[in-house]
Amino acid sequence: MSINATLIGQMITFALLVWFTMKYIWPPLFDSLEQRKKKIADGLAAAEKGQESMQLAEKKAKGVLKEAKEQSSEIVNLAQKRANEMVEASKESAKKEGERLILVAKAQIEQEKQQAKESLRTEVAALALRAAEQILSAEIDKTKHQDILSKISNQLG
Amino acid sequence: MATEVHAAEGATGYIIHHLTPLTVGEGFWALNLDTLFFSAALGGLFVWFFKRAAENATAGVPGLVQNFAELLIEFVDNQVKDSFHGKNELIAPLALTIFCWVFMWNFMDLFPVDILPLIGSIMGIDYLRVVPSTDLNATFAMSISVFCLIIFYSIKIKGPWGFAKELMFQPFGPWLLPFNLLLKLVEELAKPISLALRLFGNLYAGELIFILIALLPWYLQPVLSFPWAIFHILIITLQAFIFMVLTIVYLGMAHEDH
Repeated sequence: MSINATLIGQMITFALLVWFTMKYIWPPLFDSLEQRKKKIADGLAAAEKGQESMQLAEKKAKGVLKEAKEQSSEIVNLAQKRANEMVEASKESAKKEGERLILVAKAQIEQEKQQAKESLRTEVAALALRAAEQILSAEIDKTKHQDILSKISNQLG
Repeated sequence: MATEVHAAEGATGYIIHHLTPLTVGEGFWALNLDTLFFSAALGGLFVWFFKRAAENATAGVPGLVQNFAELLIEFVDNQVKDSFHGKNELIAPLALTIFCWVFMWNFMDLFPVDILPLIGSIMGIDYLRVVPSTDLNATFAMSISVFCLIIFYSIKIKGPWGFAKELMFQPFGPWLLPFNLLLKLVEELAKPISLALRLFGNLYAGELIFILIALLPWYLQPVLSFPWAIFHILIITLQAFIFMVLTIVYLGMAHEDH
């Protein structure tokens, strides 16, 4: 248990070991540690960034989707309105057409009635005239009583 | 076999045999071959392992060796960052070397006390003390090296005059100069002595207890040596850790300019 020259030998060994560690062992290992730390930190940062951008994109997509939905519902509404309008318009025009047709028909009927009346009257007048002619052929001179005859004819007309 | 020879001299002989180093030379210039050999071999193992890790070091996915080396590097680096606030390229590798080397020295304590001396005796070596930290030379060599570094950095950072001023005028001011000087000298000298003796004492005592347990009847030995070995795992790690941390702290103090 006595101190002897071993002390010196041990000190030299120790010095060599420390020197070697300092020169060849510590720096590369420590560097690789630092590099890995940086790598991991970078990776984490990138992952976070990716997540953030993904969230952003999701948000954006949601916005676009919502907008599209709104637009489509608007379009549907518009189309419905338009269809309603068209139906309404066609109903209206059909009604009008119908009314017009009725009017035209009525007018025609009226006209025909009038015509019939007219022809009837003329026939009646002619008939009456002939009858009167036959009755009066003996007594009345056609040329002499022209005035009276035409008056009667007018009254009949 | 050597152990049997000494067994004839009783328990004391057995203990003394186990604690006697293999020595060549006389007086101060004697060399404890076993201490030198085992510490150098363990140092070589340490260097080989870490060199392998360092050569294959990559910032990508680390292999098993690199992982383990990095674990230690990071552990030591954290300790250095906690206790040392200057900038010094030497401290962290020094701390790593101290921790690993001392730990490996101490680890030799966990080999069964008779096995390596037995192998030694087969090879014709009569005395073999396998735990370098049970040799005062080993622990003092390390603590004195640390002490030299403390003095070196004290002078380098504070300047010769600054260091002398600290020795003379602290802690009680210039009027108590001799007293300050005495106090400071004791404080500085206590550092290497306490470092060396703490490690030596712990490991010497631990080894002694293993030897004592080995003297007991065989059926008692496992009952005692197993818990003691488990406890010893804590001790050897703790002692290596303490040596490292105190070295860092002392060097940190040497770097602090008042």
